[in-house]
Amino acid sequence: MTATDVSPAEPNHNLRFLEEVSAATAGVSRLEMCIQCGTCGGSCPSADDMDHTPRMLFAMIRAGMRDEALRSNTPWICVSCYHCVVRCPQDVHIADVMYTLKSMAVRAKLYRDAKAPEFSQTFVDAIENYGRSFEFGLATRHYLRHFPLRLPGMAPMGLGLLTKQRMSITPHRIDGIDQLKAILARAKELELTS
Amino acid sequence: MTQYLFYPGCAMESSARAYAASLESVARTLDLDLAEVKDWNCCGATEYLGINLIPAYALIGRNLALAAQQAKQQNGSGAHTLVASCSACYLNLAKADHYMAERPVLGDRVNEALAVGGLGYKPGTLQIRHLLDVLINDIGINRIREKVTRPLHGLRVAPYLGCMVPRPDYDHRWSDHEQPDELDRVLRALGAEVIDFPLKSECCGGHMPQISPNTAFELIRRLLQGADQYKADLIVTVCPMCQMNLDAYQDETNRHFHTRYRLPTVFFTQVMGLAFGDDPAALGFGSEIVDARPALARIGTAPASPGGAQPRAKIEGLPFPGRRPEERER
Repeated sequence: MTATDVSPAEPNHNLRFLEEVSAATAGVSRLEMCIQCGTCGGSCPSADDMDHTPRMLFAMIRAGMRDEALRSNTPWICVSCYHCVVRCPQDVHIADVMYTLKSMAVRAKLYRDAKAPEFSQTFVDAIENYGRSFEFGLATRHYLRHFPLRLPGMAPMGLGLLTKQRMSITPHRIDGIDQLKAILARAKELELTS
Repeated sequence: MTQYLFYPGCAMESSARAYAASLESVARTLDLDLAEVKDWNCCGATEYLGINLIPAYALIGRNLALAAQQAKQQNGSGAHTLVASCSACYLNLAKADHYMAERPVLGDRVNEALAVGGLGYKPGTLQIRHLLDVLINDIGINRIREKVTRPLHGLRVAPYLGCMVPRPDYDHRWSDHEQPDELDRVLRALGAEVIDFPLKSECCGGHMPQISPNTAFELIRRLLQGADQYKADLIVTVCPMCQMNLDAYQDETNRHFHTRYRLPTVFFTQVMGLAFGDDPAALGFGSEIVDARPALARIGTAPASPGGAQPRAKIEGLPFPGRRPEERER
């Protein structure tokens, strides 16, 4: 039985979760092709720090465990190294599915650690305002908020980056910022979410 | 001379200034004509994709559209290759081009958004390539070798590509997804002693120093330890993020594990410029946090070992069947 065959009377709407994740993924996710072989987890350099290996997470998605899957730290610990992607015997777009799960968790506010989503959002805010990334603003805001205790130890490095002109204290704004803002505003209305 | 469209990306103007400066110098030596895409915007790195899908691809799409437009205006040069020097930018540009074709609904929506800004992009219009790919496959190893005036003999280097160049490799441009040898070949042509670095395409941690520091420190430690075990003087990379993590976070990683690694990490274009005889300061040397000078002082100090297997001093001493005397001379 495919998810589309689920009758309206089916009490668990999460049976369609796999389909939903696939629909919101950039390419053809091939998530339903997963054979649970575990090559992904075995190839993952950061699996030790994950709540679930990618294989487990994909089983949870297929089982309709929406909240558990979206609360998992796994997508946030994924480093996008694509080792699993090139090794997957079924060509599942694993890294892209991880991006999808992040954006779904952000929308549902189901992430447990705010560091990663806030870092991404701060990064994106700079792009939306200037068209370029702004590392100095991002680093100061992020570290003050989330890692104040690391700052003393990091001061020499930060100072080094500044004196070696590897970090600018003013952002660069592109000429076509209004054009970019208009494009992004329209893009948000066209989002691929159900 | 072929002209290439060039997408530098944000890091080239800030943390990876040394990459930009050395690339300019190397491009001059090799007659590589890179035309910067006018008014490009950030590619979104690995951040925008985790927040919104269509906006993230529209952001990349604007760069592709601008580049394609510029290629059309510069008719005659035949430029339709877009070159990126940063791994994340390279992957994002390639990803958008690839997925806009693979999933037409994505391509349609991105184009619908771009249309608001008077732009559009037909997937497949541009060929997206990384700088290293262009240097080795278009310029070629021979031309690189010809330009060497100061061979890097005596310098032991760890070639480090990171993840996003050889993977996922939508266009099948790399010799291997996990152990590609392109960077090794370039560095060997410069006269450097290149270690067979098994971690060459392992991850540096990406944005993890800001998200989950312990995850990042562990990934950085593996790379430093690996390069140190092979007695590398220098780690040579192609990626601004890898350079940043290995260089700027090396101290913090050392403190975390109570280790004392001092491994300078520089861009491959910097060591190319060095071998071409350029002034180190003009190549951005000195901007690294872990000082590269002690490593550079080794250049010319010892003859580099010839490539391939070393002849064994006493084959009789080995626990393998010995060769007959008449075979030994080969």
